Amino acid sequence: MVAHLLRLKLTLLANGLKRSAWQVVGLVIGVLYGLGALVLVVSGMIALSFADAELRQPVAVLVGSLMVIAWWVVPLISFGVDSTLDPARFVTFAVPRRSLLVGLALAGVVGVPGVITALSSLSIGIVWWRDPLALVTGLVGAAIGLALAIVGSRATTTAALPLVGRRRVREAMAGLAIVPLLLVGPLIGRFSSGVSVGIDDLRGVADVLAWTPFGAPWAIPADVAGRDWGLAAGRAGVALGVLALAAWVWAKALAYGLVNPPHNEASAKRRGLGWFDRLPATPVGAVTARCLTYWARDPRYALAAAIVPVVPFILWVLDRDGGALLLAGPIAAFLLGWGISADVAYDGSAFWTHVASPVTGRADRWGRVLSAGAIGLPVILLFAVGSALVTDQPEAIPALVGLSLGVLLTGLGVASVVSAYVVYPVQQPGESPFQTRQGASTAALTSQLVGWLALLVISAPEIVLAILAVRAGSLSLGFATVVVGLGLGITVLLLGVRYGGRALERNGPVLLQRILAFS
Amino acid sequence: MPDHPEVPPTPSAVPAPAPALEVRGLWRRFGHKIAVSGIDLVVPAGSFYGLVGPNGAGKTTTLSMATGLLKPDFGTVLVHGRDLWAAPAEVKQLLGVLPDGVRLFDRLTGAQLITYAGLLHGLDRETVAARTADLLRAMALEADAKTLVVDYSAGMTKKVALACALVHAPRLLVLDEPFEAVDPVSAANIRDILTSYVGSGGTVIVSSHVMDLVQRMCDHVAVIAGGHVLAAGTVDEVRGDVSLEERFVDLVGGRVTGEGLAWLRTSSD
Repeated sequence: MVAHLLRLKLTLLANGLKRSAWQVVGLVIGVLYGLGALVLVVSGMIALSFADAELRQPVAVLVGSLMVIAWWVVPLISFGVDSTLDPARFVTFAVPRRSLLVGLALAGVVGVPGVITALSSLSIGIVWWRDPLALVTGLVGAAIGLALAIVGSRATTTAALPLVGRRRVREAMAGLAIVPLLLVGPLIGRFSSGVSVGIDDLRGVADVLAWTPFGAPWAIPADVAGRDWGLAAGRAGVALGVLALAAWVWAKALAYGLVNPPHNEASAKRRGLGWFDRLPATPVGAVTARCLTYWARDPRYALAAAIVPVVPFILWVLDRDGGALLLAGPIAAFLLGWGISADVAYDGSAFWTHVASPVTGRADRWGRVLSAGAIGLPVILLFAVGSALVTDQPEAIPALVGLSLGVLLTGLGVASVVSAYVVYPVQQPGESPFQTRQGASTAALTSQLVGWLALLVISAPEIVLAILAVRAGSLSLGFATVVVGLGLGITVLLLGVRYGGRALERNGPVLLQRILAFS
Repeated sequence: MPDHPEVPPTPSAVPAPAPALEVRGLWRRFGHKIAVSGIDLVVPAGSFYGLVGPNGAGKTTTLSMATGLLKPDFGTVLVHGRDLWAAPAEVKQLLGVLPDGVRLFDRLTGAQLITYAGLLHGLDRETVAARTADLLRAMALEADAKTLVVDYSAGMTKKVALACALVHAPRLLVLDEPFEAVDPVSAANIRDILTSYVGSGGTVIVSSHVMDLVQRMCDHVAVIAGGHVLAAGTVDEVRGDVSLEERFVDLVGGRVTGEGLAWLRTSSD
């Protein structure tokens, strides 16, 4: 039975690769990425085995703990647990639960992350090659650590499923999870320069981790090498005890989940028709109302909107005393203006509603532009004025406002054309925003690059003017930026809507077929 | 008809009204697979037309091309005598469409979604509001009018999509599998709505693979398989003396006969 499950997983992987060339590309990228991490760990461990014996335990414990914690936590926030072998598919087969669990656990190792983790664990065990006894316990510990990682990850995800299965919870968590991720880079940059982490701090952390299930399996060989049998037995107890507990939790949660699939409860009722009541009853008004509703209610749009306030914060963290903050307005303008370039792709197959109706391409474009503009305009004005005041350069306000307006309008115009020609696979509403769709094609990448380039070239006049104005602190140049930004931006927007609208009327059915082919 | 000038004028010499839908020589290929190869269909105005065929017969492809959702490789589509692919904006005003296997803008509430469909077709606010209320009542969705469509069951989603197809009072309704996942009571209500719509001069095309339903509900039927029309006409013409289901199996073939799964007899052990 266990062998059956393993064979099934391999067959599924192979068939997936046969189905699409992009899956192969995805696998190759995954393997390269994994190999990079593996080389890092293995070479680190080889170096460690020749280094000071005092260092071996803390480093092995830290690296091993990181691995186990990643397995436990990452699928929880990104819900990226590999569901190739979804236990729910085995409900109707009479598979003994024990075989099912062992088979699923072993199948969890089959795959890029599993293999990389297995090899990394092995290398941590081999650190102790000088002492045969420690080597044996090291390898056993590595096996326990690997088991803890995989069984633990299954236990946490399966047990959390009833909660995570609710649409609201899932969407909210996925939205929140991206904020710390965005901050990781800048924060590391700041702290690595300021605070130096001493080896003693690391040892302290490792000592604590060594008594947790994350670190215990990796600490045992050091205790054995020091012939400290009591410590070794204690840590083995922690590791094996938690492994047994995790297996029990997984088995229980699986048994419960198989016969009580997560239930989607209905959301709260809403009053009235929302934006549809407030905007004009025309096709343009309807599309605008629909897009505005989506900006609030569709986690993908809400996430894009939630990233915008983070922009000035990141700029401030990166460059606390300098003028980087002044870029907040133009960058937000770019993000919000360019944001609608994937609008048709985000509609997904629901875009048929537009294709089947007599709505003109121009009305479709205007609706999307007006909704994004209505959200973008106050934000960029606030950022442009606020950043100038915070950095104490009020004379830069006209230049920043002019540049931000220009970039927003130009971005909306260019995006209106791009999204009438190109759709690419994006996550569908309800999917995790982290789940990148396979087959994000070269067309998608090219369209983005061409679009950015066009945007940069077209807004070059106001960019240059704004730079000169801020450098010279010149108000007259600043007002010239406003005039040029608005004039050029409005021209590009009108042309973009007109041309993009015509292209959309021509391409609508083709775009719809491409979207349908993605799923 | 220029080919037959000798045909004597019949007593009712008024030119017959253009068919609600006329499809001529429709072809469509996906990659290497030819999904639809030269389909001709004439759907008379005021008929209740059933399109039946096995899975993968090309029903959905044909209906997508007939409603402007998929561009045919070859062939023409005339809706009430007007070429759909030559003047899409005008002709789409005449069409109400319910496609199968697509999403809706499901972050809108049921009432918002119907309103959206109405406004996209250029209706004014009062008309949309009145019709939305009527449609929600007819589809028994009043209680869930303010629930997001994403939280609807499959049957409710079908019903709200059907309401969207009806809101602009089209002259031709094209429904792909409209009764799938719909409960029997709602299905009966929807059938009543469609029947009275046909009675008042509208035309309905439904695709289905439930023969019994088509035989009871439709007056015309076309059987398609492998991208071809195997038979078309009134239901009585197509089925002859047997039931539509028997006739369908005759036409399409593929029945497996014989002893088969002898071991499945539970009494045998």
